[in-house]
Amino acid sequence: MTGLQLSREELLKAYRLMRMIRVFEDRVSAEMASGDIPGNTHLYAGQEASAVGICLHLSESDRIASTHRGHGHCIAKGCDVDGMMAEIFGKDTGICRGKGGSMHIADLSKGMLGANGIVGGAPPIACGAALTSQILGRNDVSVAFTGDGGINQGTTAESMNLAQVWKLPVIFAVEDNGFGEATASSFVVAGEITKRAEALGMAFAKVDGVDFFAVHEAAGEAVERARRGEGPTLLHIETPRYYGHFSGDPDNYRTAEEKAAMRRDRDCLPRFRRRVDEAKLLGLDELDKIDAEVQAAIDQAVSAARSAPQPALSSLTTDVYVRY
Amino acid sequence: MAQKSFRQALNEALHHEMRRDPNVIVLGEDVAGGSGASGQKDAWGGAFGVTKGLLGAFGPARVRDTPITESAFVGAAAGAAMTGLRPVAEIMFVDFLGVCFDQIFNQAAKFRYMFGGKAVTPLVIRATYGAGTRSASQHSQALYPIFTHVPGLKVVIPSSPYDAKGLLIQAIRDNDPVIFLENKVLYDTVGEVPDGAYTVPFGEAHIVREGGDATIVALGRMVHFAREAAEILAAEGIDCTVLDPRTTSPLDEDTLLEMAEETGRVVIVDEANPRCGMAADISSIIAEKAFGALKAPIMKVTAPHTPVPYAPNLEAAYIPDAKRIADAVRKAVAFKRS
Ligand SMILES: Cc1ncc(C[n+]2csc(CCOP(=O)(O)OP(=O)(O)O)c2C)c(N)n1
Ligand SMILES: [Mg+2]
Repeated sequence: MTGLQLSREELLKAYRLMRMIRVFEDRVSAEMASGDIPGNTHLYAGQEASAVGICLHLSESDRIASTHRGHGHCIAKGCDVDGMMAEIFGKDTGICRGKGGSMHIADLSKGMLGANGIVGGAPPIACGAALTSQILGRNDVSVAFTGDGGINQGTTAESMNLAQVWKLPVIFAVEDNGFGEATASSFVVAGEITKRAEALGMAFAKVDGVDFFAVHEAAGEAVERARRGEGPTLLHIETPRYYGHFSGDPDNYRTAEEKAAMRRDRDCLPRFRRRVDEAKLLGLDELDKIDAEVQAAIDQAVSAARSAPQPALSSLTTDVYVRY
Repeated sequence: MAQKSFRQALNEALHHEMRRDPNVIVLGEDVAGGSGASGQKDAWGGAFGVTKGLLGAFGPARVRDTPITESAFVGAAAGAAMTGLRPVAEIMFVDFLGVCFDQIFNQAAKFRYMFGGKAVTPLVIRATYGAGTRSASQHSQALYPIFTHVPGLKVVIPSSPYDAKGLLIQAIRDNDPVIFLENKVLYDTVGEVPDGAYTVPFGEAHIVREGGDATIVALGRMVHFAREAAEILAAEGIDCTVLDPRTTSPLDEDTLLEMAEETGRVVIVDEANPRCGMAADISSIIAEKAFGALKAPIMKVTAPHTPVPYAPNLEAAYIPDAKRIADAVRKAVAFKRS
């Protein structure tokens, strides 16, 4: 299993990032419930192995374009967690100065081209970033994250074709959590998602998104293929979605049993711990220590976000243009 | 008369028309919700609950949860409208119409004209609009000026539960494509709504309040702020007319001009961005056709020329409010020709 050949540092980093995403999302959920976060959020909890398994292959010059469920992608790509939390609280210290909120977190210096409020928004943007890399002769790749819902958008289909005919260094990471909002994907997705890539002659893989090592391995092949100039790959990643579609969604379209079974049987974190423990790669005490550090970091991010100032009113009209 | 919410008024309109005409269908993302899932059916009834209960009453053939493919299902609704159905397509946020502009602008809006008057396209596209829910730049726009600009489209912006029901019934019975925009902040507002079916005609402005000193023209949520401003001003001895055009296309020019002439002072409130917006449009009509009656420059109170920000303090500054409206009226009243 190639995944298990990761270095100790990489394994520790992977676990820390996955735990960071989980704790971040659980905390945002709690803060949403208490009414202290002004806007709406879509939580990534349950899907951590996907973002981290992919982004661990990327450097800062590689680009990702994300979705409305973007917190996990942002953290995995190295966005500052304090800045993210402050953004969600609508503060001046936010990563976008409080102007974007949860659905528009972006840090171009980290290769994070933005969460996105529009389903199907990411694939064309990622193709554009891949085109930049191709034309400027760089070795960078880009990743378009989308969902089982987003796979149906015209923009996604058009981007896949464009990427294939132009041999763009791009990866279409389709995170299939079984739902687009309250509608089951079985109701709205015709055929097999991977067959859509196959029909275009595009490389593809279907992976268990609860298994960090499986995602990491498939993503590694896709990234290498893109870096070799051999074009795009579609990854169909099956994951659970722990929370409702948005915070506040009663999530009554899934039975209590289904939700309990999902959390019990499909959790990437204990799965990871078991694997590294059995293979004697890391000690569980090391992982427990990470858990505590992550918890402290999120506590700190929330208290900093709470006490941060609001944006100055004058910023309402700035940054519409570079110059006007 | 019964007190009902804006949401319930719309829901009743849909029930009436689906019962009345089997060719009326409803389609959109999660207009029922729960399709294909293990739990409750009709779990959402639309992202804002407006279509709740339709699935149970009319069944899945006429109440369809679509894939997230606005181009396909809005375009299909246009095609179905041209061939005998009366589809009501729901788009959760008007911003998402960006994904399917072609189906609206180049297709549905123009069938009739391009085909020499042979086509009818009884299509309704319902969408929410407006800021105020901390939903940021891609979920908060007030894009009605863009639709108003396009010949062939009718554009409706109800401000009260009564109008919401009557205008939606009119929209469904109307034989042209209608963009029907619901301000999401208004869903829980309550007003008198008759139980039976009735229509509110397009192109007839509603005189919400009468006063001789100035006319405040406002749409949708802004009507409420205009009324608030009028009350503040009344206490200062300034009496305002509040005029709600209700539809921006067709636009009731006659009533607009009449009120402008009667009061001689006009303040236009628009939640949309100012350039090429409704405030600009209405002000140009009044300037051209009622110039002689004006005692002061026409005042516009609009959002700034920026996207909608997320932070609550910035968003509050973005949205026009009663204070800004009242200030504009005071300025108009104080104006003296030099
Ligand atoms: C163009 C567009 N249509 C609809 C929506 C509303 N919406 C937000 S998320 C979502 C579901 C997306 O499903 P999926 O792609 O599977 O992502 P998931 O939420 O499951 O992560 C929908 C319909 C939107 N934001 N943009
Ligand atoms: Mg999904």
